[in-house]
Amino acid sequence: MNDRLIDLDKVGMIYEAASGPVEALAGISLTVGMGEFVSLVGPSGCGKSTLLRIVAGLRPATAGTVKVAGRQVTRPIADIGMVFQQPVLLKWRSILQNVLLPAELAGKDASGLKKRAHELLEMAGLNGFAEKLPRELSGGMQQRAALCRALLLDPPLLLMDEPFGALDAMTRDDMALELLRIWGETSASRKTILFVTHSIPEAVFLSDRVVVMSARPGRIAADIRIDVPRPRTIESRASEKFGRISLDIFKLLSNRTEATTVAA
Amino acid sequence: MKMKALARQYWPTIVLFVSLLAIWQLAVSYSGIRAYLLPAPMSVLESLWAPEVPWAQHVWTTTWEIIGAFFMAAAVGVMLGVAIAWSPLIANALVPFLVFLNTLPKVAIAPLFLVWMGYGIFPNMLMGALIGFFPVVINTAVGLSQVEADMLDLGRVFNAPKWLIFAKIRIPNALPYILSSLKITATAAVVGAIVGEFVASQRGLGYVIVTTQSSMNTSVAFAALIWISAVGLALYGLVVLVAHLWAPWAEGID
Repeated sequence: MNDRLIDLDKVGMIYEAASGPVEALAGISLTVGMGEFVSLVGPSGCGKSTLLRIVAGLRPATAGTVKVAGRQVTRPIADIGMVFQQPVLLKWRSILQNVLLPAELAGKDASGLKKRAHELLEMAGLNGFAEKLPRELSGGMQQRAALCRALLLDPPLLLMDEPFGALDAMTRDDMALELLRIWGETSASRKTILFVTHSIPEAVFLSDRVVVMSARPGRIAADIRIDVPRPRTIESRASEKFGRISLDIFKLLSNRTEATTVAA
Repeated sequence: MKMKALARQYWPTIVLFVSLLAIWQLAVSYSGIRAYLLPAPMSVLESLWAPEVPWAQHVWTTTWEIIGAFFMAAAVGVMLGVAIAWSPLIANALVPFLVFLNTLPKVAIAPLFLVWMGYGIFPNMLMGALIGFFPVVINTAVGLSQVEADMLDLGRVFNAPKWLIFAKIRIPNALPYILSSLKITATAAVVGAIVGEFVASQRGLGYVIVTTQSSMNTSVAFAALIWISAVGLALYGLVVLVAHLWAPWAEGID
């Protein structure tokens, strides 16, 4: 767990908007160890999603260095799985065909991965839905299919951009538990996850560390270790420690957001 | 059960249609209006099969023109739409030109076609294609570009080449848009074929209508109209059916 998978050093991002250059991120230095679950929380517009895309190589940072698995990221890296706020499934493909999409896009033999796709769907509780079209599934089920798709090529790193943000509160809590189960939180071979969310309890419940960001330009305001024992259950949410950490983060965020609202 | 539902939905249409026909028939029979001004529905019905007009040949000719026009418009429209979505350079070059072409009253070009290509089926097909291709270009280009940004990011993560993104994501995404524009093309192809026949032809349903002007055989003109709408409706129905079978996920997109 001490091996660094993600290594960000003084990463900054300035983009050109119609009204002039906007500094979205400034001086982000962050490391994420192999197998770690790290959440980014912060107010809207703090650049959390941008940071995720910089790690993926989908957008270039304008300052600093970005390394994943020891290599500098200059273009999209194939060894990741991405999950977005919306499931972004192809409407015309069956769930199975959607899960197999990464293989086709990466130029790999999709038919050879069918067995794995079925296993993933079963693990996500979607057996029996492989041949259905996305619109026949609920939002939560679609998002599980999107997670299966991200896992198809067995990437060591998962980047998740508010994956449960579009779901209702109850489904959302269920999905968090599901994610921990699929992730295999107590297994040694678990994947590294960088997880963007608006929800403090969600971040605390899921993560090993919660990185709190401040708004525009996004900076790291705090990096908090969550020493709530794993495996975590619904009861974890009721623990005194859970409540205290959540409250700390809430206070951190509300100070920062007030300051920026006044400035805006 | 299904028949019952259909009957419940369409009985007002049928009642209206039958009463209009009845009023028309009665009005003609009792008012003494002359047949070359307004023929009775019964005599139109008879004209539909009148042996003195080689209907099969005319219907066949016009049908071919419409089908040719339709497929030409579809093929050229999709190709141009793909070209526009593929490269901004092509888009910048083509779009203003296509917009200009589309603002021309295409019907006014028909006499030129006669000068360039003479009589025949082909210029009439071309007329239909010219009227019908523009919506296909636009809808193809729009459908190809209406892809979620996240989906494109997914493609970039895997370094998928541009043609693969087109083949797997953009083109299937555009399919409902294209099929929807083809409904417009189906009716435009009919207009084009008939206009072409008006200007220059020796065969076809448009030609039949033109000849009845001099012979005052109005019931034949009415019969030709019915044949034209039958062909047009059949093509439109086929397009709707194909859209339903081919892109069932897109029901209600338009």
